[in-house]
Amino acid sequence: MTAIELSAAVRSGERRAVDILDEHLARIEERDGEIHAFNLVTADLARSQAEAVDSAVAEGRDPGPLAGVPVAVKDNTCTRGIPTTCSSRILDGWLPPYNATVVDRLAAAGAVTIGKTNLDEFAMGSSTENSAFGPTRNPHDTSKVPGGSSGGSAAAVAAEFAPLAIGSDTGGSIRQPAALCGVVGAKPTYGVVSRYGLIAFASSLDQIGPFATTVADAAVLLESIGGHDPRDSTSIEAPAPSLLDVLERGVDGLRVGVLTELAGGPGGVEGISPDVIARTAQAVAALEAAGAEVSEVSVPSATLGLTAYYLIAPAEASSNLSRYDGVRYGLRVDASTTGEMNTASRSAGFGDEVKRRIMLGTYALSAGYYDAFYGKALKVRTLILRDFAVAYEKVDVLVTPTSPTTAFGFGDKTADPMSMYVNDVCTIPSNLSGHPAISVPFGVGDDGLPIGVQILGPAQSEPIIFSVAAVLEDVASKGGAR
Amino acid sequence: MTWSIEPTLPEGWELVVGLEVHVELATATKLFCGCANRFGSEPNTNICPVCLGLPGSLPVINGTAVKYAMLLGRALQCEVRPSVMARKNYFYPDMPKDYQTTQYDQPTNSDGELMLADGFTVGVERAHIEEDTGKSTHVGGGGRINDAVHSLVDYNRAGVPLVEIVSHPCLDTIEHAKAYVSGLRDILLAIGVSDARMEEGSMRVDANVSVRPVGSEELRTRCELKNINSIRSMGRAIEYEALRQIDLYSNGESPRQETRHWDEAAGRSTPGRSKEDADDYRYFQEPDLVPLVPSAAEVAAIDDAMPALPSARRSALRQLVPAVSVSVEVIATLVDRGQDELAIAAIGKGADPEKVVTRLQHDLAVDDFSKITAGAFADLIRMETSGELTATQAKQVLSEMVETGGEPRPIAESRGFEAMPTDDLAGLVDQLIADHPEEWSRFVGGDDGDRKKMQGFFTGQIMSSTKGQADGRAVADLLAQRSAG
Amino acid sequence: MSDRITRDEVIHVARLARLELAPDEVDAFTEQLARVLEHAADVESLEVDDVAPTSHPLPLANVYRADEVTPSIDRDEVLAQAPFAEDHMFRVPPVLGEEP
Ligand SMILES: [Mg+2]
Ligand SMILES: [Zn+2]
Repeated sequence: MTAIELSAAVRSGERRAVDILDEHLARIEERDGEIHAFNLVTADLARSQAEAVDSAVAEGRDPGPLAGVPVAVKDNTCTRGIPTTCSSRILDGWLPPYNATVVDRLAAAGAVTIGKTNLDEFAMGSSTENSAFGPTRNPHDTSKVPGGSSGGSAAAVAAEFAPLAIGSDTGGSIRQPAALCGVVGAKPTYGVVSRYGLIAFASSLDQIGPFATTVADAAVLLESIGGHDPRDSTSIEAPAPSLLDVLERGVDGLRVGVLTELAGGPGGVEGISPDVIARTAQAVAALEAAGAEVSEVSVPSATLGLTAYYLIAPAEASSNLSRYDGVRYGLRVDASTTGEMNTASRSAGFGDEVKRRIMLGTYALSAGYYDAFYGKALKVRTLILRDFAVAYEKVDVLVTPTSPTTAFGFGDKTADPMSMYVNDVCTIPSNLSGHPAISVPFGVGDDGLPIGVQILGPAQSEPIIFSVAAVLEDVASKGGAR
Repeated sequence: MTWSIEPTLPEGWELVVGLEVHVELATATKLFCGCANRFGSEPNTNICPVCLGLPGSLPVINGTAVKYAMLLGRALQCEVRPSVMARKNYFYPDMPKDYQTTQYDQPTNSDGELMLADGFTVGVERAHIEEDTGKSTHVGGGGRINDAVHSLVDYNRAGVPLVEIVSHPCLDTIEHAKAYVSGLRDILLAIGVSDARMEEGSMRVDANVSVRPVGSEELRTRCELKNINSIRSMGRAIEYEALRQIDLYSNGESPRQETRHWDEAAGRSTPGRSKEDADDYRYFQEPDLVPLVPSAAEVAAIDDAMPALPSARRSALRQLVPAVSVSVEVIATLVDRGQDELAIAAIGKGADPEKVVTRLQHDLAVDDFSKITAGAFADLIRMETSGELTATQAKQVLSEMVETGGEPRPIAESRGFEAMPTDDLAGLVDQLIADHPEEWSRFVGGDDGDRKKMQGFFTGQIMSSTKGQADGRAVADLLAQRSAG
Repeated sequence: MSDRITRDEVIHVARLARLELAPDEVDAFTEQLARVLEHAADVESLEVDDVAPTSHPLPLANVYRADEVTPSIDRDEVLAQAPFAEDHMFRVPPVLGEEP
């Protein structure tokens, strides 16, 4: 059952939220030992939330659009009194004294928060192999990674541990694992969902978004968590986008662009595998068949996005992660001075990938290198915004692959950081531009593993990209992605 | 405010001082969160996820703090421009995020100045917005940072809004440095954006000091003096530092660029952290905050709301009173007490300037003078100068005016005050002399002390017999006349 | 390749970031960071003098909070998370040197 169906059943009194919860807890019990989607299952909290929903229904009150729907929450999202670790030793055991805005909004919508999902430490990674608490496995093939960094959330939805999950996306961390796990994942426009309580990786790129098994479920989740929040200065002063009521409008007359630099052609990004390229082309053809006007559109600076991203994100991260110093919370390794204590705590508490990015970011910002690296990367960001603006004069949306490949094996890309970073090449440009993007499952690759197609649009175009995704979802469900 | 005599530097050397003044803004809440901005609370009671820098928390800037900062900028003749917040990255346990949210290359206020009483103009490079840090107590080792056994951190002050006012390195004397700081303080109090208390740390001064041979334009290695907690202490610290550097140069050595900690009790500074290992603060624009872009209309509104500043008020009053009889200090005192407006208005209505100043300075030092109108005050002074009222009567009428806010003439009439004709007074004085020959001979023939004492005696007698209607000065004149005659 | 970043620079950067690296870690990180920076050459060599930097994807400005006190949080809840607390304060080893 989808989240929308479950919620309808709960609100009509046909099903009890506690029973729905128990079914999901049973599936977790059965299979999460193998998958490791969760760092923590919050069964007690979930039960009290489910009971509250059931009594609201019994008393004739509306418990909200997510009534009784279990939702898994990425473990970089603050939950009051519940461990929030970022899958890092340095935050192991920390109990936040406050809830993230999205957590409060989930509760207000009647959702049942079932647990905290695994991630690459501080969301730095594309495979969830960088978790201090062990990797998450891809439910479609447990010898493969689920993608990352929101691998736990993607796997939780794919394994039906929860119909919905919350993730965060800084360079593709929702969309890429969604693609690899065969679920829907969206990164909203920067500022649509409050970042308050999301533990920062790279502040100007981070955005919270939904995972679901259907586009409509993703839409209802985004409608529930989005909208202005006065606690986030970068929050757009507008209500959450209305998505559900426009999902069915189709693509007739819509101008769809194929982003040539990410379509596998010469001069574009290398390393996108042929089966992924073929599926993407098939998706574009399906949209054309459904009435869209298709053309090829160039976004030249898209090829520079990866480099710019791997300077900007680490730079911001190096500053955001300074606060883990052993003074106020988290791990402390004691030493004879505060300075030495800071160093000992950080050296013991952070994993190698986090250290690597902190050092890279520190270097990119440091005296003598700022202009050559960080400063240049900010200018590339301008170029990307300009190129997208030009592209969106010609088309309404752009279509690209989500991930260059299907799910890969554990350890395949850990030796060389650059080989891992390349996984984000198609997803990064919309983080740099702040634009929304959604990944929707569209068939499988030569290995039989899921492939995701990505739809990009300009700022606040969620209603359009979600309705395009709904068309592809429909095509795929009717066997059109084979 | 009497300034100390300028210490003379050894022949051939001159002082180069730039000051960084941190001012806590008197807002209700902190810069980025709704915690109370309050001094003296129990440790760690004014804290929240934001000012503790807890993971996931985000700042939202206090609009009043930004407005106060712009008001201060305009009071210092700064340009108020679109600005952004930046992060200054360094580790320090008092700083919850291990970066300070401050301003860097795009500050709110830049290129201002402050003119001192003697006309010397201090260039203000910038006046930028930033957050304060928490406070550490060093336990063990007598509270000294370097000997402490451990430290305890209280974050109540973390995130309190500050404006850092950075002067150009243009201060050439200790006197100018002191006058600059007290001038800043006057402005802060006048515009009401800070209580500017150095003792409580709501105004803190760091001094960048270097010296150079007279006539040279070079800027030599400077040392930054910290832990200065009064204007006087700043003067001592600068003097000590200048002499220390000159001593080094004279011995063929050079000072190192470093931060030095002023020890007021010991009267000397000790080296702190060396700045040699190149502070690399890795400034970049704060991604959690958006730009501050005041409109021209907003800046104009700030200018319109700007109260008259102390220096302008002092010079307005200065122009109306004779410099020979009224000192700079008296003018400053009246401005500090907010009596300059009343003085100027009364003088404008024809009252004698010197008398106006005297009455305000001596007889309204502590009273609430808000009920007194300029017209009534001018009338009172005129009645006094025309001899209609004696000085003593004028004071009595004035104190009733303080209470009731009434006009001087009806008050004087109701008290039966009428200045005694001089002839009547002379008769009284002569009678008194005749009745007290012994006292009179001590007045005429005694030493200065005797004469003074006896003058008091005769005046007192006259005052009590006339119930204060006699003019004290006229009595003194008569006594002098009679003894000379 | 490793002239993109030297061992000494890696050590310097680690010190700025308060990270301690064992000698073999310095070698490994130098190698890895050099490879990432090698990739960054395409950006480093761009002619973009006339391009303004973009720090932020949203063209937002002037987002202010009203100067109104909101409740602070319970210090005991916060101090319970501290590795060491004493007298309602966070306890740290001696702090050497002055605040910069
Ligand atoms: Mg400062
Ligand atoms: Zn606070």
